[in-house]
Amino acid sequence: MDIFANLALGFSVALSPWTLTLAVIGCFLGTIIGALPGLGPSNGVAILIPITFTLGLDATAALVLLTSVYYGAMYGGRISSILLNIPGDEPAMMTTLDGYPMAKQGRAGEALVISGVASFVGALLATIALALVAPYLARIAYKFGPAEYFALYVLAFATLGGMASRNQAKAGLAALIGLAIATIGLDNNAGFDRFTGGNLHLSDGVDFLVAIVGLFAVAEVFFFIETHGRDSAVGVKLERVIVPWAEMWSTRWTMLRSSAVGFIAGVLPGAGASLGSFLTYMMEKGIAGEKGGFGTGVAKGVAAPEAGNNAAAGGALVPMLTLGVPGSGTTAVLLAVLMTLNITPGPTLFADRPEVVWGLIASLLIANFVLLLMNVPLVRVFVKVLMVPPAVLLPGVTMISFVGIYSLSGSYFDLVLMILFGVMGYAFRKMDIPTVPVILGILLGYQMENNLRHAMTLSGGEWTYLFSSPIAVGLWIFAAAGFIAPIFLRGMLRRPQVAEADKVTD
Amino acid sequence: MKFTTLKALGTSAAISLLAASSVWAAECIAPANPGGGWDFTCRQIGKILYDIGQVDAPVQVTNMAGAGGGLAYSTVVAERNTDPELIVAASSATTTRLAQKAYGDATADQVRFVGAIGADPGVIVVAADSPFQNLSDMVEAIKADPASVAFAGGSAAGGFDHMKPLQVLKAAGFDDITSVKYIGVDGGADAITQTVGGFTQAMTGDMSEIVGFIKSGEVRALAVLTEERVPGFEDIPTAKEQGFDVVAVNWRGLYVPGGISDEDFQKWADRLQAVADSAEWKQAMTDNGLAPFTKVGGDFQSWIDGVVAQTEELSREIGVIQ
Repeated sequence: MDIFANLALGFSVALSPWTLTLAVIGCFLGTIIGALPGLGPSNGVAILIPITFTLGLDATAALVLLTSVYYGAMYGGRISSILLNIPGDEPAMMTTLDGYPMAKQGRAGEALVISGVASFVGALLATIALALVAPYLARIAYKFGPAEYFALYVLAFATLGGMASRNQAKAGLAALIGLAIATIGLDNNAGFDRFTGGNLHLSDGVDFLVAIVGLFAVAEVFFFIETHGRDSAVGVKLERVIVPWAEMWSTRWTMLRSSAVGFIAGVLPGAGASLGSFLTYMMEKGIAGEKGGFGTGVAKGVAAPEAGNNAAAGGALVPMLTLGVPGSGTTAVLLAVLMTLNITPGPTLFADRPEVVWGLIASLLIANFVLLLMNVPLVRVFVKVLMVPPAVLLPGVTMISFVGIYSLSGSYFDLVLMILFGVMGYAFRKMDIPTVPVILGILLGYQMENNLRHAMTLSGGEWTYLFSSPIAVGLWIFAAAGFIAPIFLRGMLRRPQVAEADKVTD
Repeated sequence: MKFTTLKALGTSAAISLLAASSVWAAECIAPANPGGGWDFTCRQIGKILYDIGQVDAPVQVTNMAGAGGGLAYSTVVAERNTDPELIVAASSATTTRLAQKAYGDATADQVRFVGAIGADPGVIVVAADSPFQNLSDMVEAIKADPASVAFAGGSAAGGFDHMKPLQVLKAAGFDDITSVKYIGVDGGADAITQTVGGFTQAMTGDMSEIVGFIKSGEVRALAVLTEERVPGFEDIPTAKEQGFDVVAVNWRGLYVPGGISDEDFQKWADRLQAVADSAEWKQAMTDNGLAPFTKVGGDFQSWIDGVVAQTEELSREIGVIQ
């Protein structure tokens, strides 16, 4: 078998004590970076690039270190989602929905263990899939044109209705506000700025990282100040970490399904981990129905997005390695590192530089096991970092958020914008408007509009072009089903569940 | 609890330090996110400057994305105008946007262009199974029915990638330029994906963006927009030899703040020349599909002035600016 010969080559590169040490260091740093709000995988990797050059690492060692950080950050993002209700990075956003309610019920330990294992399953399956099918899977990207991408984004928004358990209109309003914010900046199809007021800082639009840190972390600070910490999310106690075997076993199909969907979302350039975790969460919520209690703190609600986003992280490596198309912000950074190391990703990479590709895959496998160990039995170490008294933690989180956001563009403008988003997040929470749809609107709105406009350019304004391929039609059918199904389900299983949900989330 | 407090503070301090390391070294601003051409320029030139001993400490690369380079430009002009240890990655896109007034009120004479040490030749590419065998086939098809060919490129509408096929069409005497379809996607590789997938009929971009796909045989280059054929890619004909007098290369180089002394300007010109002459840079050029294109110092500045004037005229002609 070719694959075993290749893997043997990979492990022979990756299994030296030096690269193993790098993998462990990378996993550790990555988990911390992921857990700290404002620092996500992309700036985590970007910050470490100078170090790899200073240390004079060769291509394989540099890749091992940086991808360990990447995977580590994907694992770590969930920790602050669960304990603080502040996503550590944007794909971990969905994990707040059930993770934080679990923590409030005193089940933080279970949430961390289940999500850690789900991360492991997702990432491991994705890495295996990457090894087995990457060269073939790259072809999927060729099947997705503007019409197909647009349908994919419509699918994401169609399931939004089921997002808020209480008030659909407020979720819709929040998504529209997000979409409106996404229209700010250079109109890529006409070459003119929109809604920037002549401000150059706005010409690239609003960075969703700025929005996410503002809406979650800064808003949290305002709440903390208002209530002197009494009503603040910070300070959820982690009693003990026990492994809830039965509960975990009950999520096995959720983990497998979510890994598959997340991986495919990752493979599609432009979709990425956030869409992966969102789609998997909504899919599992749909499968479980109203009785599933999603949003009130259920195990499946943390297993689905975590398996989904970690699988997507692996999936995103497929287009990066085989096409040179980065599927996410972090893979864009990794791509830059590869180019700097004189490795040109593309269709010939697997043939030209097998030691790099298979060394990378082998080290990802190793990193996964290291991360499982760090994130389940040793999770207390990372929790400790977040478990300091809120009066110390919050200023620290705020400071790190400011540093992280400043490092994005090196301008104070983003900091001002972040504070404005904080005010908005505070007001929204007072009015009970969910903030997750705002982020989704910003995150997906730009691509969604772009693809619609591209489709219209290519077809000369003929709208039937949007339904012109089997893939597009299939996605539209799913979207329609996703939009209509919750309405019927809600009609059938009325009141009691909704009332119950209210009680628990409050 | 005290111990964990310290640990938390230590972690944050370590991370802030990482973010702000090497305060005293020379700094190269890449006016884009990691992954693009400007980022490549900074990282590669920065690395070679250190490797060949032109600078004492590794060059600090700062990514300052925003407004297609405009944010970095206005920051340099307004806040760093006299910083002698600052270099900024630049390319044809910088001058195109300056000429099109896309950086607000900024003008090209507010900084000093210190040199270009390589150029990414413009290319026009089709999928392997495309009916077009040469540039004339495509131009004739567009003349017959402008809607029959759509281009994908990595820059926004009106950007450098968009202008390349328009220049070719103008050279062929086709004036109804606004009827030509163009979609601006996220980078050259994405544009190729759309073209191989059959969603667009041609891709317009830079040589470096197509190298891997040419080797794997998924795309064919109809023309390269250089004076002569590019070393290493001798089988790709130039547009010029096919009868379309168009040269469009995406040069890779640097500008420095406008307020630095002539000695400091010359110091950077010399350093850049040393990079251009190094074996490391020649290797990096070959690996990344860059063609030799060295213009350094005062020569470069006057060449730039000419290019800006020319682009301004062309942009007005095709309606991108009034």
